[in-house]
Amino acid sequence: MDLINLGIRSIFIDNMIFAYFLGMCSFLAISKKVKTAFGLGMAVVFVLGVTVPLNWLIQEYVLNPGALAWLGADFSSIDLGFLQFIVFISVIAAVVQLTEMAIEKFSPALYGTLGIFLPLIAVNCSILGGALFMVGKNPPFSLAQATVYGISSGIGWLLAIVALAGVREKMKYSNVPAPLRGLGITFILVGLMSLGFLSFLGFSL
Amino acid sequence: MSEVAELVKEEKKAEPLFSKKNRKLISNPLDSDNPITVQVLGICSALAVTTQMVPALFMAGSLLFVTVFSNLFISLMRNTIPSRIRIIVQLAVVSLWVIMVDQLLKAYAYDVWKQLSVFVGLIITNCIVMGRLEAFAMGNKPFPSVLDGLGNGLGYGLILLIVAFFRELLGGGALFGFKVFEAVGIKYQGNGLMLLPAGACIIVGLIIWVQRSLNGYREAH
Repeated sequence: MDLINLGIRSIFIDNMIFAYFLGMCSFLAISKKVKTAFGLGMAVVFVLGVTVPLNWLIQEYVLNPGALAWLGADFSSIDLGFLQFIVFISVIAAVVQLTEMAIEKFSPALYGTLGIFLPLIAVNCSILGGALFMVGKNPPFSLAQATVYGISSGIGWLLAIVALAGVREKMKYSNVPAPLRGLGITFILVGLMSLGFLSFLGFSL
Repeated sequence: MSEVAELVKEEKKAEPLFSKKNRKLISNPLDSDNPITVQVLGICSALAVTTQMVPALFMAGSLLFVTVFSNLFISLMRNTIPSRIRIIVQLAVVSLWVIMVDQLLKAYAYDVWKQLSVFVGLIITNCIVMGRLEAFAMGNKPFPSVLDGLGNGLGYGLILLIVAFFRELLGGGALFGFKVFEAVGIKYQGNGLMLLPAGACIIVGLIIWVQRSLNGYREAH
């Protein structure tokens, strides 16, 4: 029950885009067509679902103060917290690279739809942001919570990008003032959509 | 930007330190080639840290520091980086500088560091840094790369401060925490919308509208 609640919260209330603006660059650049937006969104769900629990394990058994105690008493005083950023981003880049190779080998059809987006995702802030938010949670997450958090944040991002792409496809038919066309009106749209998502505030099961 | 990049690539002989080309590297990103409003890079932090002027200022400073030094180092290493693993090398260099900024802020400006929370760490994946490394530092000499980093960092900071100015003024009636409206004797009811994510998006949209009306830049749908 607790996990379902966390999932719903991460999708609607703490939405990666509308509440924290994470992953905005690819969100704005790849949201012109619903189909490609969906492909990128699925890739984000997958990568977040894998890297957040993975980074949770690393934080718990390597980076936290005293986390290396399992290596022996000598290691229990070590605090590797300052290495957090470089370790997390390496894990993300490695996972992305591995996934790309695995998909290319085992499922060329999926590679055709997801493949081109994967390199983009290594530098998508929502992935690193997901990992950093996960670490900052108080009280700390368990592994199950981290997994649910990763996947549902990804779903929230997917929902946001598909919704925006749907609106932008229809925008072709409207008469927007010339200097506002493209980026300007897209920003205002995102603002209005984020107001809409505010209505989920306080929503819980 | 690509024109400037090519120009710089072509020139071989020594030139004055602040030639016209080099000055352009700094001035272009401020307006016609602004990283946020034209290149559409680094939006996340531009929206998230701008509820007040002080964190926006610190964020702009941190990003400036990181872009300048990452550009410099990648430019120095550009001929030795194998192109297949260049993203990982770039990420490693950038995260090194971000760790330094993070530790410095934590030591000397703890309150601001707390307020910025994960957004200092997210400079690593800030598209401005990566974008400039890919587009400029990988193909240019160290000095123009430093200037390019400086220009883009300043262009980013400029937009950040404009957004923060409107959000803090209209949202809380203050600037740098100083109650402006109360000081001149006007009772001001803060506009909560400006402090919400939605307000930030709408302000950036309007800034882009004003800028494009002035410089004539147009985009198809």
